[in-house]
Amino acid sequence: MTLKIVVVGAGVVGAACAFHAASAGMDVTVVDRGPVGAGTTSRGEGNVLLSDKEPGPELALARLSRTLWDEAGRELGPASLELEPKGGLVVASTAEGLAALGEFAARQEAAGVRVEPVDRVRDLEPRLAPGLPGGVHYPQDAQVQPVLAAAALLRAAVRHGARFRTGEVVGAVTAGDRGRITGIRTSAGDVLPADAVVNAAGTWGGEVGRRLGAPVEVLPRRGFVLVTEPLPPRVRHKVYSADYVAGVASSDAGLETSCVVEGTRGGTILIGASRERVGFDTTMNPAVVARLAAQACRLFPFLRGVHLMRTYRGFRPYCPDHLPVVGPDPRVPGVVHACGHEGAGIGLAPATGALVTAHLLGHPWRGADPAAHTGLLPDRFLSCGGAPQ
Amino acid sequence: MSEPADLVVVGAGPAGMAATAAALAGGLRVVLVDSGTALGGQYWRHPPEHARAAVRTDDLHHGLRAYRALCRVLTAHRAAGRLDLRLEHHAWSAVREGDGFAVHVVDRRAAPRETAGVLRTPRLLVATGAYDRQLPFPGWDLPGVLTAGGLQALLKGGGVAAGTRVALGGTGPFLLPVAAGLAARGVEVVAVCEAAHPSAWLRRPGPLLRNPAKWAEGAGYAAALARHRVPVYPRTAIVAAEGGERLTSVRIASLTPDGRPRPGTERRVEVDTVGVGWGFAPQLDLLVPLGCALADSADGNAVAAVDAGQRTTVPGLYTAGETCGVGGAALAVNEGRLAAQSVLTDSAAGAGHGGMNGRLAAVRSAVARQRAFARAMPLAHPIPPAWSSWLTDETVVCRCEEVTAGAVRTARADGAHDHRQVKQLTRAGMGWCQGRMCGPAVHCLTARERAYEPAERLVATPVTLGALADLDEGTPPRTTTTPQAPTTTEAPPTPQAPTTSPAPTVNGATDKECS
Repeated sequence: MTLKIVVVGAGVVGAACAFHAASAGMDVTVVDRGPVGAGTTSRGEGNVLLSDKEPGPELALARLSRTLWDEAGRELGPASLELEPKGGLVVASTAEGLAALGEFAARQEAAGVRVEPVDRVRDLEPRLAPGLPGGVHYPQDAQVQPVLAAAALLRAAVRHGARFRTGEVVGAVTAGDRGRITGIRTSAGDVLPADAVVNAAGTWGGEVGRRLGAPVEVLPRRGFVLVTEPLPPRVRHKVYSADYVAGVASSDAGLETSCVVEGTRGGTILIGASRERVGFDTTMNPAVVARLAAQACRLFPFLRGVHLMRTYRGFRPYCPDHLPVVGPDPRVPGVVHACGHEGAGIGLAPATGALVTAHLLGHPWRGADPAAHTGLLPDRFLSCGGAPQ
Repeated sequence: MSEPADLVVVGAGPAGMAATAAALAGGLRVVLVDSGTALGGQYWRHPPEHARAAVRTDDLHHGLRAYRALCRVLTAHRAAGRLDLRLEHHAWSAVREGDGFAVHVVDRRAAPRETAGVLRTPRLLVATGAYDRQLPFPGWDLPGVLTAGGLQALLKGGGVAAGTRVALGGTGPFLLPVAAGLAARGVEVVAVCEAAHPSAWLRRPGPLLRNPAKWAEGAGYAAALARHRVPVYPRTAIVAAEGGERLTSVRIASLTPDGRPRPGTERRVEVDTVGVGWGFAPQLDLLVPLGCALADSADGNAVAAVDAGQRTTVPGLYTAGETCGVGGAALAVNEGRLAAQSVLTDSAAGAGHGGMNGRLAAVRSAVARQRAFARAMPLAHPIPPAWSSWLTDETVVCRCEEVTAGAVRTARADGAHDHRQVKQLTRAGMGWCQGRMCGPAVHCLTARERAYEPAERLVATPVTLGALADLDEGTPPRTTTTPQAPTTTEAPPTPQAPTTSPAPTVNGATDKECS
């Protein structure tokens, strides 16, 4: 019997879930309030990074995802994703920072990441500021254009028989003693029957989980990204300061900025990424923009004369422990979470889609083995009685 | 100015000048910010003060007496220290801060050096006007194709006539003064192609009859054009521009009532320059991120929603002029006055100073009359519904990112149902102009039934990262950065410390020089 799956959310994660589930022969319907990739997906930089991840459950997912992005590129055409395996360069600004970075990279290498210590960072990035003591090159780091990638994945899912419909999920339809989900209700009053529902609602995953009777704590963290005027290629890698790694893993409530600088195919240079816990406040914050500009200019002095053309901000979805939540919810059989990826959702999307598909199939799928990713299960937030801890 | 401002006005065009003058008359301290080198905005654009004797532009202007009267008022208050005039200052962001606003500006008086600063104010009046609305057509990206407003700006701002044989196209009465101004400077204006037909005004004569000044102004331009033998072709459009390296000719066609070229009417006209304008798009970039509500206007643009006193839906935020509906300079002046009156009323200062008193009723009635004319204008000069029939799939729609009409149509077929989604899928609107040029056209190609709401632009004008970095690092002179000060030749000159103490409310910008 063909499994009927509803994927809630047409961001890059939802699109990847739909792509893998439909490829595996499931009957997939994707539901979103808006068009494909219009939420957090459209507000990121398209990072596909291993370099910023500590050894652990997220890095394991990221390594698989890196492989699956290459597979998606071969299947869908790398141009349709603007997949660029450009590599990352993490630079330290002090000798102490370089030592800490070296230790971090050694642990990553032990976990299977390719790392290449660099003494003369300007050999790789000639326009970096002089005097930087060194860094680490991560050749596996890559970039995609997130909205194009989400659209391409969703189109491929549709080619495999998936459907995409506009609508907002308002609740679950359940049956039986255990309350197994049998469908979802939309705000238009429709019922979409489903054997399983994938919560890929990103920053809104907490709310969608609640509506499905399976709440998870997913919180928004605001981030600004700066976009410069288009230039001839001047920055070859994803370049960031070693402080970024600390910022990604931090739970600090206040503003943190640690800049990432990279060129794009369009010629613009992207500068990220701030992290603020301010709820869903969309207000412009010029102080954050100025801070990111200052950090970027310190790394690349030529940027002082380059114009900021626009800035955008989005809400990165994070769980309290800064790990995504991927897997079946034991409280409502049939609900599978795939959200809370914070700033790494683009990079982690294909592996999340494969892992969700493996959970649905009950066996590994495209290298994703549920037994190897138990650290991402929602169980970690649940006490014995099934309530959030 | 040593005391904090009561009001910041962004935009020194007719609305901003009038509002500033009225607010000053009511006893407020005002900071007036404008990106230009002289007071006047687009409508009263003038050469910089030092060039005025050499470049005479008086004959190109309308309502100069009003302009000069406002200039006198502003100059007097400036001398008295009550007006802080910031010319060549670009406002790139305005945000709420406490009960008031922080207006982020960049000082470009010493361009290319840029100095970022912040103006803090309890009340903010945005009078940023409008810019030419463009519709793409085959060849519009050739050198030599300008906007009608661009031709006018070159004339008024520098006495420069761009071209020797010029065709103008589009719709709206604005084409007439541009043609008259060019003809007066010896340019051969070979055709004015007006897509509408003047008979449209006869179907709604009321607004025209109630605004005799407009009628007289139009008649004056018609006489000037007749004198210079400039032909005006109604229900006609420039449907293509042609040339190799640059423009050498245009194709002109008569239009059916819905705007399709009439078969067999197309002809080629040799020109070296083209000016095109399809009305105007309000400049809302500072207003939208502040969260002020928008309203539809008859010309297809979303505009700032205001009450009868020019208050937006954001407390303390006012707007006047084209931002709340394109209606021309005379209306803008009156709206500026009403806005200033509201600021006075809403401020504690308002009680003691009746800025306008008895004149208020007269201003309100003039505004009602002028708005009726503004509403009638797009009905008489609409964008032709079938304009997109001029486009081939190869026609470039977004010039910055070179996105074609075919790519926009494909994105629409893929499910993109507004210009924002088209942007995400095609990059249309992601380039230098951030969709200011192509936004209305992409909107028309995807969602014509709705009013055009521009994409939110959190950066209202490009600003160098260096200026922003200095803002973050506590302003100039720049401290040594870690890991070490840049030594590359690309770094712009180090900003110098201000030569005078900045006002307490201001960071990093000095106050000197103006018209």
